[in-house]
Amino acid sequence: MDPIKRIHSRTLVLPASDIDTDQIIPARFLTTTERSGLGRHAFADWRYEADGTATSHVLNELDPGDYQILVGGHNFGCGSSREHAPWALLDYGFRAVISTAIADIFTGNSLKNGLLPVVVDQSTHRWLLDHPGAEIDIDLEDCALRLPGDREVAFEMEPFARYCLLQGIDQLGFLLAQNDAISAFERQAGSVLSSGSNPD
Amino acid sequence: MANQAKSMFDKIWERHIVSPETADTPAVLYIDLHLTHEVTTPQAFSVLRERGLAVRRPDLTLGTVDHSSPTTTAGLRGIATAETPQARQILEFERNCRDFGIECLGLDSEYRGIVHVVGPEQGATQPGKTIVCGDSHTSTHGAFGALAFGIGTTEVGHVLATQCLLQRKPRSMAVNVDGTLPPGVSAKDLVLALIGKIGVDGGSGHVIEYRGSAIRALSMDERMTVCNMSIEAGARAGMIAPDETTFAYLRGRPRAPAGAEWDAAVARWRKLATDEGAAFDREVELDATRLAPMVTYGTNPGMVIPVDGRIPASSGDPALQKALEYMGLEAGAAIAGSPVDIVFIGSCTNSRIEDLRAAAAILRDRKVAAGVRLLVVPGSQAIKRDAEAEGIDQVVRAAGGEWRESGCSMCIAMNGDSVGPGKYSVSTSNRNFEGRQGAGARTLLAGPATAAAAAVTGQVIDPRELLV
Repeated sequence: MDPIKRIHSRTLVLPASDIDTDQIIPARFLTTTERSGLGRHAFADWRYEADGTATSHVLNELDPGDYQILVGGHNFGCGSSREHAPWALLDYGFRAVISTAIADIFTGNSLKNGLLPVVVDQSTHRWLLDHPGAEIDIDLEDCALRLPGDREVAFEMEPFARYCLLQGIDQLGFLLAQNDAISAFERQAGSVLSSGSNPD
Repeated sequence: MANQAKSMFDKIWERHIVSPETADTPAVLYIDLHLTHEVTTPQAFSVLRERGLAVRRPDLTLGTVDHSSPTTTAGLRGIATAETPQARQILEFERNCRDFGIECLGLDSEYRGIVHVVGPEQGATQPGKTIVCGDSHTSTHGAFGALAFGIGTTEVGHVLATQCLLQRKPRSMAVNVDGTLPPGVSAKDLVLALIGKIGVDGGSGHVIEYRGSAIRALSMDERMTVCNMSIEAGARAGMIAPDETTFAYLRGRPRAPAGAEWDAAVARWRKLATDEGAAFDREVELDATRLAPMVTYGTNPGMVIPVDGRIPASSGDPALQKALEYMGLEAGAAIAGSPVDIVFIGSCTNSRIEDLRAAAAILRDRKVAAGVRLLVVPGSQAIKRDAEAEGIDQVVRAAGGEWRESGCSMCIAMNGDSVGPGKYSVSTSNRNFEGRQGAGARTLLAGPATAAAAAVTGQVIDPRELLV
């Protein structure tokens, strides 16, 4: 994964609250065994009619390369655990999602794929919803959102996930390096923990 | 001392810490049971292959196929040769399990079924365990006093390779439900009422413990329904302290401890319950005596009302307007009497034997209304056999309903079972999101009795009217 330090882009606004992962990528596209190429199915039921013709939805009107920051309504990404949701958003061209609340599993999945989940206060969110296309800056090193007019808003991010994003490393390497501690835990816990997955 | 009192969640969490959480790093949390299925694992197995990694504990990993599996016998026969993406996904999963030494209750297994039905049924789900699966309804297993939560595919890879996850400890929430549920009001109604009260983000960042006399009185099937829907309130997990009901369910199950090990396990499990005086970050109260059968009218599970209630009046709320437009329902109207095209009884929420019995009690000696299609999909092949032994399949068929093989089916509409654009479905599943049951489908979530009542009357109706 490439290191991420800063994202500077225009925003694309989807103001609806509770945008669930079935909207982000409908389940019928989850039969894939790959993680690539899902961008064309992002928000498929918003972007396409049943016969496949494109709708006039804003997602079809703008060039994804120019709008890498998605501003969504409250509680973005609720619903299923499908990692296909951040995969689809990244493949479509988004690199960050901003909302007043972003669902737990979606947040975890996004952080592991380099899609920045940024949670902001209501007044900042209101401003962003009211100014679609605003050119803004997400600075991961300073954990700061910079809006036009020198307005700066701090955001929080889980420190370890942030470290991995800044360094461009994945978390599996860290876990694999815990092998001795895991083995020690398994020896100590023994049969108490491990009974029951398989018969006898 | 009160400040040392621990919640069940605290106890289970602490016992699974391989490395403690610090300011810089999350805790390394050990996972006792990893449930796997065909949809959220292929990319994780690919990572293992790319990196030359083995599955650390195949003995703590169990697979089954559910999301993409056909529910018709013709569909099942065709899977080996069918060139559909669903068939490829299932066959690839079965191959991955073979290659990595994971036991898979695959399409040929008489014990296969929905992953959250199979784990408990096999006795693999046990109190005190940490349980994960690449599926948000993993919260179901919390009904046994386990800490169980859904994870994404990258984390599936982490658990396959290391049996561990990196996790910050979530906050805790107690949901206290006291009183006795009125007759004809189900566990599904209870949890829908809770989600209506706290909202679809009401549990975000929290692990819920369900407590109180109404919860204690629930069977295991009912407790699973409640914990299953925790994610629909945004919670990481839901859990219920193990008790005699839990132990009676687990005793004698294939993967449950036996003999002296059983007694030792029960003694251990009895100590899991939350200590007197343990603090929760948040507490919510629900009065069971005031609950009624519930049904959703909108496009998330929090948009829910009693079946004899009215859809909220238009208030200019854009979310409500958008939802009602999609649903084709009127603000301020009564929900009872709304038309129905399809009734789906199934899913990890409501496909267990007690759910099927509740539906059969309504269907017996009645016919599915003209123009309505009824689909009954048992949660596992074992439940299907049990139901057939009781004659439930005959009740469904005699009423004019379809009796299917097990799977997720029309809950997620991945396997070809779908509602159809613009059609109304009364469904015992867990999500009424736009398009969840197929593009354009309009879903009204309800309990099994309410769903069955909709099938025989062709409209939304209080099932208690048919139970006299």
